[in-house]
Amino acid sequence: MIVHLRFFASLRERLKMSAAERTLADGATVAELWNALCRERPDLEPLSASVTFAVNREYVERTHRLADGDEVALIPPVSGG
Amino acid sequence: MFAIVEDPIDAARVSAAVADPTSGAIVTFIGTTRDHNDGRAVTRLEYEAYPEMALAEMRKIADTARQRWPIAKIAIVHRIGVVPIGEASVVIAVSAAHRAPAFAACHFAIDRLKEVVPIWKKEHFDGGEVWIGSQTGQRFTE
Repeated sequence: MIVHLRFFASLRERLKMSAAERTLADGATVAELWNALCRERPDLEPLSASVTFAVNREYVERTHRLADGDEVALIPPVSGG
Repeated sequence: MFAIVEDPIDAARVSAAVADPTSGAIVTFIGTTRDHNDGRAVTRLEYEAYPEMALAEMRKIADTARQRWPIAKIAIVHRIGVVPIGEASVVIAVSAAHRAPAFAACHFAIDRLKEVVPIWKKEHFDGGEVWIGSQTGQRFTE
């Protein structure tokens, strides 16, 4: 299955891109996606404690199972206001 | 009214959007960009949003506020892009029959916005820039 990734703020700048696609095994979780991204980019690993995830614009836990076509946003600590 | 805008926010217009004949109070919060933070001079602030989700989260905040307090209307507008020092980055207006719930709901809305709405602030100062929030490792949890 294919998921659509979106990166914002500090993560967007670190990765030098705002969007990407990744192919994952069916039923993969958010945690598995994050681990795969950390293998590609080991400099993401230190951010593991602070990044949160949204799937199709809803916050989710890392145990959330992804589905084909999902939009997965990697959300650094928010600081609006 | 829920909006993410790139131009200056007209706070009077946001207040007017919640005007309601059953209401005896409108509380308007205006968050403005400050020229200092953590003991250093800030030259400018820049905001970025995940707009579709930010609007959805603003609506959830409004729904929660309506469940908790007897309010009439609520409006939330956040500006993104470069916001010059001293200008409004966010305006929240709440109307209610009486002032107490309007104050309470407005206070809740700005606190909650800062916790959950996917908007980020980058601070530019002499000699550098930093995304606020990222350096503390604070994490949204519920």
